[in-house]
Amino acid sequence: MDDLYRDYILDHYKRPRNFGELQPHDLEALEHNPLCGDELGVHILVKDDRIEDIRFHGHGCAISQASASIASEELKGMKLSEVGGLDADWMIDLLGIPVSATRRKCALLNLKVVRGAVTGDHSWPA
Amino acid sequence: METPSGGRAGVRADFPIFTQNPGGRPLIYLDSAASSQKPEVVIEALAEHLRKHNANVHRGVYTLAQEADAAYEGARRRVAAFVGAQPETTIFTKNATEAINLVAYSWGRANLAAGDVVLITQMEHHANIVPWQVLCAERGAELRYLEVDEQGELSLAALDAELARGDVRLVAFAHVSNVLGTINPVAEMTARARAAGALTLVDGAQAVPQMGVDVEALGADFYAWTGHKALGPTGIGVLHGRRELLEDMQPFLTGGDMIASVDFQSATWNELPYKFEAGTPPIAEAVGLGAAVEYLAGLGMERVRAHERSLTAYMLERLAEVPGLRVVGPTTAQRRGGLASFTIEGIHPHDVAELVDRGGVCIRAGHHCAQPLMRCLGVGATARASVGVYNDRSDIDALIDALLSGREVFGL
Repeated sequence: MDDLYRDYILDHYKRPRNFGELQPHDLEALEHNPLCGDELGVHILVKDDRIEDIRFHGHGCAISQASASIASEELKGMKLSEVGGLDADWMIDLLGIPVSATRRKCALLNLKVVRGAVTGDHSWPA
Repeated sequence: METPSGGRAGVRADFPIFTQNPGGRPLIYLDSAASSQKPEVVIEALAEHLRKHNANVHRGVYTLAQEADAAYEGARRRVAAFVGAQPETTIFTKNATEAINLVAYSWGRANLAAGDVVLITQMEHHANIVPWQVLCAERGAELRYLEVDEQGELSLAALDAELARGDVRLVAFAHVSNVLGTINPVAEMTARARAAGALTLVDGAQAVPQMGVDVEALGADFYAWTGHKALGPTGIGVLHGRRELLEDMQPFLTGGDMIASVDFQSATWNELPYKFEAGTPPIAEAVGLGAAVEYLAGLGMERVRAHERSLTAYMLERLAEVPGLRVVGPTTAQRRGGLASFTIEGIHPHDVAELVDRGGVCIRAGHHCAQPLMRCLGVGATARASVGVYNDRSDIDALIDALLSGREVFGL
């Protein structure tokens, strides 16, 4: 089996969870991956200070799309106050594959977008 | 170059990286449009200069400094002669980007006013877009674009229509597109611009490494290119300019070496080309580039072009065998330089590049510093394979095998 393109990664890439638009929504953000120009946006619906529902939209590689899809399942129901504390390790561990330095931004783009939407912090997760 | 049987006739053996590749596996290098590999003669010329002739140029009285001078100016003469230019109007810069910025700052700031137009094309590299955006914003001028058609080509009729509006002061365009591979009709375009009273700047970064270029015959007022794509080192670019224009222009960067004399409050400028070479120039890099163009001239640029055209034709033919693969740009090798940009349905270009790397194949993926063009093509990114003098058909075969294996990994 391929180290990087494992079955569950390809499954999330081909059938991404929580993708599309969410109307209405309370929070949104859109970010670009400078490496390739790919873009990823997010719509978030908030209820009782928690992420009630979330949808990603945009296009990208298998790593960025699978990351967003996998993260979306974890983010749903999460307290908004916890989102700012999510770091790069959280995402990379969740992804469960060895991510090279050049593909790191592909994996982290979704977290950058979500943190941007929730906390206004548009920096890359460290 | 390629022999009739498709084997290599020595050229690849001139490039040490193919035998000393630390990866421990054969290097299938198909990214020469990003940067070329270097022949032994270039590596040796650099090392030899640093070992035996190293000193600063232009002011030393001692023998060693005179040797450094002779090496640097000798390199300038070789580089100028290689593209049919004069040494005095051949300026060494850091790269092609700096060469274009030099024109944008020195010519543009003094000559562009509100109501004037800089005309570029939709197929430009960011290096030939952003300097004009910044200049136009500063001067209140307008930046307009010539469209790229569905075949990835420019229309001379569209150029005529733009020029007929009477407000175009400069037309800046690539000789060969780094994404589409399109070879633009430079001489026809510069003639039309000249007739309309507009200057021209040609970005020759992709052209000089793979075809015979004669800047006089092409009729460009400015012609910019870079060393590292033409078998030379990084850190050196070249700008050729028309003498009257360069003489009228103010310096771009200022400091040492570019002055005639300096008073407490003012200075006067050195003669061409030194007026545009502030500070210690890239001396060893120039020597390396001199060796690179000598090597290319030894191969013969007609042969280099024939080799790359034949390989590109083979690449287009074989890429067509990959299901779901779409090539962007001109469909025949006759009208394109040595590269092919493509997409594969169901696999993002980044993943394509990652997958073929498993077979030791180096290709590029992304927007290739041409985001406006990507928008015109309706794609976010493409994968791009490009060839050099050291490639042969077996490299293309390895690419195709790697692409087919990659599709299997993705369950396609």
